Amino acid sequence: MNVASDLAPMTEAELSEILSDHHARRAPLRIMGGGTRAENRVAGEALSLSRLSGVVTYSPGEMTLIARPGTPLPEIEEMLAAEGQALAFEPPDMGAVLGGNGTPTLGGTVAANASGPRRLLAGACRDHLLGVRFVDGRGRVMKNGGRVMKNVTGLDLSKLLAGSYGTLAVLTEVVLKTLPLLPARTTLSFLGVTEDIALRIFTTALSTPFEVSGAAHVGGTVYLRIEGLEGQLAYRRDRLLALLADHRPEVLDDAPWQAIRDVAHFAGGGPLWRILCKPSDAPGLCDGLRAMGGDCSLDWGGGLIWYRGPGNPRALAPHATLVRREGAEGPAFPPLPPAVARLQDGLRRSFDPAGILNPGLMDA
Amino acid sequence: MSIAMPTPDPRIIARGPQIVAALRAVLPPDAVIDDPQETRAYECDALTAYRCPPLAVVLPRTTAEVAATMKICGQMGVPVVPRGAGTSLAGGALPTADCVILGTMRLRDVLQIDTDNRFIRVQTGVTNLSVSAELEPYGFFYAPDPSSQLACTIAGNIAMNSGGAHCLKYGVTTNNLLGATVVLTTGEVVELGGPELGPAGLDLLGVLCGSEGQLGVVTEATLRILPRPEGARPVLIGFGSPEVAGECVANIIRSGVLPVAIEYMDEPCLRAVEAFAKAGYPDCPAVLIVEVEGSRAEIDDQIARIRAIADALNPVEFRESRNADEALAIWKGRKSAFGAMGRLGDYICLDGTVPVGQLPYTLRRIGELSRQHGLEVANVFHAGDGNMHPLILFNANKPGDLARAEAFGADILRLCVEVGGCLTGEHGVGVEKRDLMSDQYAPEDLAIQMQVKDVFDPQWLLNPAKVFPLDASAAHRGMAAE
Repeated sequence: MNVASDLAPMTEAELSEILSDHHARRAPLRIMGGGTRAENRVAGEALSLSRLSGVVTYSPGEMTLIARPGTPLPEIEEMLAAEGQALAFEPPDMGAVLGGNGTPTLGGTVAANASGPRRLLAGACRDHLLGVRFVDGRGRVMKNGGRVMKNVTGLDLSKLLAGSYGTLAVLTEVVLKTLPLLPARTTLSFLGVTEDIALRIFTTALSTPFEVSGAAHVGGTVYLRIEGLEGQLAYRRDRLLALLADHRPEVLDDAPWQAIRDVAHFAGGGPLWRILCKPSDAPGLCDGLRAMGGDCSLDWGGGLIWYRGPGNPRALAPHATLVRREGAEGPAFPPLPPAVARLQDGLRRSFDPAGILNPGLMDA
Repeated sequence: MSIAMPTPDPRIIARGPQIVAALRAVLPPDAVIDDPQETRAYECDALTAYRCPPLAVVLPRTTAEVAATMKICGQMGVPVVPRGAGTSLAGGALPTADCVILGTMRLRDVLQIDTDNRFIRVQTGVTNLSVSAELEPYGFFYAPDPSSQLACTIAGNIAMNSGGAHCLKYGVTTNNLLGATVVLTTGEVVELGGPELGPAGLDLLGVLCGSEGQLGVVTEATLRILPRPEGARPVLIGFGSPEVAGECVANIIRSGVLPVAIEYMDEPCLRAVEAFAKAGYPDCPAVLIVEVEGSRAEIDDQIARIRAIADALNPVEFRESRNADEALAIWKGRKSAFGAMGRLGDYICLDGTVPVGQLPYTLRRIGELSRQHGLEVANVFHAGDGNMHPLILFNANKPGDLARAEAFGADILRLCVEVGGCLTGEHGVGVEKRDLMSDQYAPEDLAIQMQVKDVFDPQWLLNPAKVFPLDASAAHRGMAAE
């Protein structure tokens, strides 16, 4: 994927000029992060954020990171790890799944509210987003939130921008909470189990206070991750082993959490859907989805189903998003009730009256 | 009184009887109150310096009744001020003479407890504490725990994005809110979110939470629930100076131990607490209460780490609790701090938040400002996340004292913004900090927020005189009047 672009502002002011110019001309833009997505879903001139890059401030003692959107994620992760910290929501690298050869960026992560297996325990990207600077579709430069852990000053637009896929504004700075990386981790695995059994294991484990930080089912194996201080870990592991002894757990020191995070098992091979559901509905949904002719995996203790295969899963599960199209038809995002759709349209018009920011990317 | 409210619309007041009649026509007889003797009970919230009885009070029991109320008020152009339990310290539920107060306290049902899917669904008039009480038999709890949790409602918690002592680990309301049934000013009822871990489109729930009743009225909520920890234990650490206590907080956070709470109390607060609650706290300039959770061994391990960090800073005292009674004794003073301060006189409680590294400087500057303004201040707050609670003492019966206290408070909040923090960490803007919003936000920053309100509430009927400085919101409210 070619991330080079004629439009690649180096400053917020340059970006603002570009946006006000495009606003005046009603000329649509396709906003580019690191280029992890091969499919082009937007008809518009490419606007690359690769030059709006770099860390502004990282204060480990205050657990805050301020960085520009084009900053590559691996750079951030390395810097945080050197201080024994991490982004607790475990941002994924969806490059393999989305077919792009680029490197994920911080801005792309926030724009997609992308969160990995630890979302179950630690919350999503949006829960760690403390503040933003951004330029709206008119070219107005604005900020919201700040760099402190608790902030209820005015409306929380950071939440609105997280997961808006660049359809409301272009981020120029994000402030994220960083957390200490727990020093020890281990995984319990359960081989050859169905989704029904997987769900029973999840429900048991997630009803304990042992802070399970990953609960996935991939290729017939359940993985439960526990993390903590050294002293905590053995205790938590042994308690869970005893509770789940009937399901014949094994202890894995090196489990494929990065592959689970990146959905590597469904790289290529047809349309890919991301389905959010009540965990207890997951086994039934998986049966139905398999009957359509594809494969499923579970994350977030059953709250997230990945489905790769033909057909339209929305017939079974309304909350389904088409992540990789590969020929699949229809809208990518779940349809919304009319009153909610009206609110969203209104918000889009407020932020981007000329409709130039990634038009149509969220089907609106 | 230095905070102005807009002049009530005489046309609305003149139509009072018709408005009440229209509400009575669609609501149960006891749901509409317009007797001035009774509406007086709703003239203020916990910001008692500001009072104004509303035109009428509506107390619905169902989402349909809330929707009917909103529809009528929308059609008749009547401002609506939503009210939970009225515990707002920021005047979030302060009425105007031309408004209808929409109280959520009769929306009291617990609708569903689903421990397998880890959520509870409630009507929003239930109190914060009763949610955790409902969950106790199942071994679960609801994490946000504002100090007013015995009285405050989930509706108010959502409106203000409430926090609490334990949010250092578990986050605030927005991090624990999964879904909401929301009534819009049109009377339409929309579902935002649900038991699933994420929105279908834009995160409207995220912007609704903490919107101070400006966007819609939440009648039902789906809340994330967590398994109760095996145990919890506080330690008390006394220090010779606020700066060293601040350093200890930063060192604990950096160490990788994540306590559920780190609370701070300064000398004036400790003196008041000692006189009131006799908690047996050490006589020193600063005390931290640090609470950790887990099994007995896990707690021992974490406390050993905290002790090593504290010992390096030469504390006046490091007190461990060996049993439940001693744990209660450690919390006793902190929990009674606001009551203890109340005995000393009237106070204003602020809640500006600063970056943790700025705590020592901010505390020193607050001390200087206290001398300048000639008013005493006590500090008791959530140190782990930098959420300060300076309590400014004044005498409400002394002419000019409230204005002086407010001016002192404004200086403290400007200081918080100056060092990279914000005006309010958990209490909300309300009317109290409304006119300081321009110190934190540029005109464009406020403009986009008000445009978001335009989308949800084009007539600006919901809590219209709050959050945004009146001159900044005049054009938006003006559109509403036409």
